[in-house]
Amino acid sequence: MRDVAIIGIGQTPVSEHWDISLCDLAVQAVKAALLDAGIERPEMLFVGNMLSAALSRQQNLGALVADHAGLRGIEAYKVETACGSGAAAVRMAYMAVAGGACDVAVACGVEKMTDGTPEEATAALAEAADALYEATHGLSFVAINALLMQRYMFEYGYRHEDFGPFSINAHENASTNPNAMFRRPITREQFVRSRPIADPITLLDSSGIGDGSAAVVIATGELATRLGRPVVRIAGSAGATDSVAVHDRREPLFFSAAHTSSQRALAQAGVTAADIDFAELHDAFSITAALSLEACGFAPRGKGVALALGGEISRQGRLPISTLGGLKARGHPVGASGVYQVVEAVQQLRGQAGSNQLPGCRLGMTQSIGGSGANIITHILERIS
Amino acid sequence: MSIPMYWRTSHQRLALTGEVCPTCEAKLFPPRDICPHCNSPAKTRFDFCGRGTVYSYSLVNVAPRGFERCAPYVVALVALEEGPLLTAQLTETDPQDVFIGMPVEMVTRRMREGSEQGLIEYGYKFRPCMERAEA
Repeated sequence: MRDVAIIGIGQTPVSEHWDISLCDLAVQAVKAALLDAGIERPEMLFVGNMLSAALSRQQNLGALVADHAGLRGIEAYKVETACGSGAAAVRMAYMAVAGGACDVAVACGVEKMTDGTPEEATAALAEAADALYEATHGLSFVAINALLMQRYMFEYGYRHEDFGPFSINAHENASTNPNAMFRRPITREQFVRSRPIADPITLLDSSGIGDGSAAVVIATGELATRLGRPVVRIAGSAGATDSVAVHDRREPLFFSAAHTSSQRALAQAGVTAADIDFAELHDAFSITAALSLEACGFAPRGKGVALALGGEISRQGRLPISTLGGLKARGHPVGASGVYQVVEAVQQLRGQAGSNQLPGCRLGMTQSIGGSGANIITHILERIS
Repeated sequence: MSIPMYWRTSHQRLALTGEVCPTCEAKLFPPRDICPHCNSPAKTRFDFCGRGTVYSYSLVNVAPRGFERCAPYVVALVALEEGPLLTAQLTETDPQDVFIGMPVEMVTRRMREGSEQGLIEYGYKFRPCMERAEA
């Protein structure tokens, strides 16, 4: 395997982009990433997306985005792993470069959620779950995660308000990120009084869906050095799966795929969870952030919420998470979120995170989840000085 | 759900028909033909008794398309007596009366308002166990 680096990043703000199409969003991010990298024509393009067929009646995104980005002729594919599709695109690009299939590849994530009604979007998101035995019973994707949260609160004795620090931290960090959807802090009072979506999950436990696209240019480490760019290495990259249906797991409160993929990625990077300076985790819901912290080894089982209550996930804490707002408050354009995480981690490692900059960070983890823990992809990014 | 998808799974939806693994004896619902616990072939039919307890639950306020007129409704993970968890709606109970560990039993109910292709979908829901005389 060859050494691989990220040499360019690009993103659009996450918002309701009524005037910009699915394809044009992706093109904006891809062009921005190529400009940042100083590359005109990559050899491959991987487009992570979940909902284009359901909400925009469009498939074949590889060719579509390549063509409209002025890259007609290159090899290009759509990659889908539900809400983790963006991270899967990054991993495909990583494997293509590491394995020697090409020297420069672009991974883009794009989601256009306002092309459907909110009810259509809710039904389409439920396609991340088991179509025959979960969604047919009227379970929204929120409801499936609510089942996990209710059981978690029962087993470990937490109250709903204990989950507040996840959302408050995310909104605090998003308030100074110009690309975030919710650029305003929230108070504990607002969290406690938020309206229920699927009890015990409330609106402020949930990430906001929106339109957005992010992209990264991935190249060999040798090329990165030759270009003289600030170098961020992909030190570890791994994916793992669990059952799609939560009811098919013997331990629903343990994200085994998060455990496996993070352990593999950390081992590849030659580091442990204790070495990680910050993590962009999949905080689609507050409970998801808690279960991810535990599965990755940042907290013992049942203690993910305690870690947040102790202030350890803030920018001043031991393990800052959602440093630019996370899925919760930067916004969760589902198939794009996995690439936003990587873009934001690169911003941090390059020292380009503005007022959200973590001083002296060297190692970041990004982890994206497709479904309620079904397909989990972890990357370890390292700044090379 | 389309008519072929419904027809193919009618034994599961109306009779809780699953499988038992002949190797490790795990009971499987829904059926999946390869045991997820020991990876052996598991095609032996097994009918579940339909009783279990609530493992977790949620009151759905914002429903997906097709279920808007049913909201609010309670969904649950039910731990079946024979072992596996399944996902289903609870019925014939007030949402505030539901608790983890509540004994429940399967009933057959209409699943949603309207449906694709004119099909009226029936399937399993779970309600609190009725009092029954000891035999």
